[in-house]
Amino acid sequence: MAADARISGQALRWMMLGEWRARPGRVVLAALAIAVGVALGFAVHLVNLSALDEFGRAIRAVNGEADLQVHATGPAGFDEGLYPKLARAPGVAAASPAVELTARIEGDGPGVLTLLGLDILRAAQATPSLLPGDLGGGVVEGQGPFDPEALRLSPAALKASGRKVGDTVTLLAGGRSARFKVVGGLPGVGDSQRVGVIDIAAAQERFGQLGRLQRIDLRLAQGASHDQVAAEVGRLIPVDAEIVTARSEARRSDSLSRAYRVNLEMLAMVALLTGGFLVYSAQSLSVTRRRSQFALARVLGLTRRALLAQLFVEGGLVGLIGAGGGILLGLGLADVALRLLGGDLGGGFFSSASRPPLAFAPGAAAVFMGLGLIVALAGSLLPAIEAGRAQPAVALKTAGDATDPRHRPSPWWGAGLLIAGALAALAPPVFDLPLFGYAAIALMLAGGVAAMPWLARAMLAPLRRIKNPPPAAALAINRLWGAPGQAAIALCGIVASTSLMVAMAVMVSSFRGSVEDWLVQVLPSDVYIRIQNAETGGLDREVQQALAATPGVARIGFRKTTVLRLSPDKPAVTLSATPVDPAHPGLSLPLLGASRSVPAGMTPVWLSEPMARIYDLHPGRTMSLPLNGGARTVFIAGVWRDYARQFGAIAIPEADYTRLTGDTRRTDAAIDLIPGASPQKVIAALRAKLPPAEAAQVEFAQPREIRAVALRIFDRSFAVTYALEAIAIIVGLTGVAATFSAQTLARTKEFGMLRHVGVLRGQVMAMLAIEGALLGLVGVAAGLSLGVAMSQVLIHVVNPQSFHWTMETKAPLGLFVGLAAALIAASAGTAVLAGRSALSSGAVRAVREDW
Amino acid sequence: MPAAAPALALRSLSKTVPGGRRLFDGLDLAVAPGEVVAIMGESGVGKSTLLNLIAGLDQPDGGAVEIEGAALSALDDDARTVMRRDRIGFVFQAFHILPHLTLAQNIALPLVLAHADGREALSRAEALMVEVGLGGRGGDYAAQLSGGELQRIAIARALVHRPALILADEPTGNLDPETGEKILDLFLTRVRSFGAAAVIVTHSERAAAVADRTLILSAQGLAARHGG
Repeated sequence: MAADARISGQALRWMMLGEWRARPGRVVLAALAIAVGVALGFAVHLVNLSALDEFGRAIRAVNGEADLQVHATGPAGFDEGLYPKLARAPGVAAASPAVELTARIEGDGPGVLTLLGLDILRAAQATPSLLPGDLGGGVVEGQGPFDPEALRLSPAALKASGRKVGDTVTLLAGGRSARFKVVGGLPGVGDSQRVGVIDIAAAQERFGQLGRLQRIDLRLAQGASHDQVAAEVGRLIPVDAEIVTARSEARRSDSLSRAYRVNLEMLAMVALLTGGFLVYSAQSLSVTRRRSQFALARVLGLTRRALLAQLFVEGGLVGLIGAGGGILLGLGLADVALRLLGGDLGGGFFSSASRPPLAFAPGAAAVFMGLGLIVALAGSLLPAIEAGRAQPAVALKTAGDATDPRHRPSPWWGAGLLIAGALAALAPPVFDLPLFGYAAIALMLAGGVAAMPWLARAMLAPLRRIKNPPPAAALAINRLWGAPGQAAIALCGIVASTSLMVAMAVMVSSFRGSVEDWLVQVLPSDVYIRIQNAETGGLDREVQQALAATPGVARIGFRKTTVLRLSPDKPAVTLSATPVDPAHPGLSLPLLGASRSVPAGMTPVWLSEPMARIYDLHPGRTMSLPLNGGARTVFIAGVWRDYARQFGAIAIPEADYTRLTGDTRRTDAAIDLIPGASPQKVIAALRAKLPPAEAAQVEFAQPREIRAVALRIFDRSFAVTYALEAIAIIVGLTGVAATFSAQTLARTKEFGMLRHVGVLRGQVMAMLAIEGALLGLVGVAAGLSLGVAMSQVLIHVVNPQSFHWTMETKAPLGLFVGLAAALIAASAGTAVLAGRSALSSGAVRAVREDW
Repeated sequence: MPAAAPALALRSLSKTVPGGRRLFDGLDLAVAPGEVVAIMGESGVGKSTLLNLIAGLDQPDGGAVEIEGAALSALDDDARTVMRRDRIGFVFQAFHILPHLTLAQNIALPLVLAHADGREALSRAEALMVEVGLGGRGGDYAAQLSGGELQRIAIARALVHRPALILADEPTGNLDPETGEKILDLFLTRVRSFGAAAVIVTHSERAAAVADRTLILSAQGLAARHGG
């Protein structure tokens, strides 16, 4: 009997295709919602993948594909005495010393290249891909490998600079400048990375790196164990050097943008989730409308399981069509996004000059296809179960809505999910990602939607106590109150899209507002100076004194900004030597909490919030900094707010920095002007005092310009966020409109009956407008409340766990009011428009309709 | 040779509706193959509930329903559904023709649900449409038909899989008297030509008059109608 009870494929085709033929718009809309969600998720994933591929290529290009690398922890490098030790280390076949600097070609604007000083003979053994050659533009004859003025450029560097072989250029690096002749190319570097190679001795001498190296590339002897050699090398290297492997570089590049990428992918998933709600709405309405049809099929011999299977196949096919289309759409979107926004979608993480090529990922395509299918099936699950549960004999008699108004919706499912969401928000990050934070948002969303029937009735109950309301209002209120399940189907789209939009809007508004406040705090001076790419150089004492003595300058505070690599698999942190008073650090740093008093003889540092969170460091403890060839123990006195450097920053008193490193050069300055002084005139006077080599690299800015640039960068970073959010909202609102119109059109018979018993056409329209507005009102109220709750998870859980910074909540009240008005108007308008269409068929025909 | 099992047998059937009202208790009935039985009674007495119990769409509180000797209570939901699909045909007052299927597909649906070949099922449906006076209209949809025509399609659907028993719930209730009379004649002619048994729940005197047997359902059970 069991085999006999299987669903007939032919019957399935007839029933399903018949329904799709009758209402193709609804199928297309549901598939489109899935397609948009899958497309966004897949596109964001492909863009991220392409960017990471490109970033990996960039690292390999600059590293020359060495087996193992020893890298300096800071731009000052390490002592070159390490090189002969490593060259003789067991298991090392070849070692190639290298100076690595960030450089600019004079007159080329802000674009930078990686300048490598190599010993060509040694590089030929360890990193052959960095060897010079002919790029097709010829080479300059007679320039030996050790010519101190010879420069070889990669194809991308040649193209970007507009130079050709034979040209002479001035390179600016480490606060110095030197002239070189382009004598050839670097064909092994690839087409997209800007790299220049000069002789190592010239690099050390001409850019102030005498006796220093930034890295040593190693090639291992055949058969040597990578891990054993790494362990041996680890014993030999000083504290200001670290071992870098392909794996640690991959982890470092991954961690650079991981949180941003995961957040974007999660945001794209929101669109897919909203699409799932649309499938749920479409399937729920379809099931409600076909209630008696299913009942007939059950009476005629369709088993309960076969009916469930039919509805699942329907949902699955919608999912497959949508997901398939979504993959194609995603490919196109990713291509366009890479062309328009680059590999980091405007996030500013990768500075590659070229747009990465699109990387197709069949595995990811399959995963996103699967996700689209799962979401569509999940959207079909409840309606299918409801259809399967219906008693055929009852359903056959009561076409349409069989809700019993006496049935009280239960709040417990919704409450349970909301509580589970709140508990999930308390959980710590997993793999440095706020996975429980995302789960909390999903649970809260599900809880909010599940609570809608109960909430709708609770909110509408007071309206039923109004004495003698107009007939249209009485009809509307009683219908919504009596069929809260039906109302909830329409409401779930509003609640999902409103809450997600509100959550994102509150988070972005809070973030932007906190950044604005922070900018005011950290930019108290009148004029700021910064030298670009001067980690190893900067303004010397003489220049500093000359600047301080410039007319119009009341006070000038110098800073040194450099980078430190504290862990091989984490991005470098910023070390900022700044004029901070250990007794009153709050005067120069936006502290979070109180600063600890510094034990006698200890050097204090203050960690930025991301620094403290990434390295799990707390005030009152000590930490070790690799400075000037030694490990310096410093005392963590406090934590300060910093939105500028996502991977961490350390503030150290300027005097302590000089004492520990001997470095008196400075890269930044903050200037307070005497009252009445003209900033422009003072800037001109300051510029005139700069040595020519530095003048080209120095930027002057006033706080309002810096604030404007910072907020522009902020908005650019969030451009894709806004776009993804907007798409999710459009999908959600489309769902709302589709649900409302479908529900209204399904009530043709009811309207016909009302017209028969004397309800005027205008009263029916008024009833629909009131119903729509009330639904919109309930949806917006629930969506706003849920959205604000979800925003707190974003602000206090997802952001700190992803980006390691906190912020204060700032609600965009104007947006709330606008959104509420637009949604209520849209709900009422859609209901009325659909009502006009439903009433157009005529009252008599409506009541005679069989279904 | 043992006697053939009745098309339908009700044994000591009892049913109470939610709220505690007892519809019937200890109800017995046997319908022989090919016999047409009309059941009459006041509104609310439980006629439709009785049909639902016979079809396995509702469960009795006590007693048994047997179709061709097979007790429905011994079958699970799937098996009861298959029993309906293979051995029972239905005609409803409200026609219930699926609007998005063609008329031929509507008629062929019970066959297709039973895994019959689609083309063969459609050809059988087309043949039946000729018998009910709607030949050549297999590609039309329900929206193109009048009430009488829709009921002809429903009759064809009830017979297409050659069931042992046809259950008809007020088959002429939605039709004007003249059309109703024609439909009733058609229904009985076709049922008898197919050799099926039928139970008709009706208020129609005409239906009662042409049935082989007319029973009145009341709180006391089923009783033969005098003169019926």
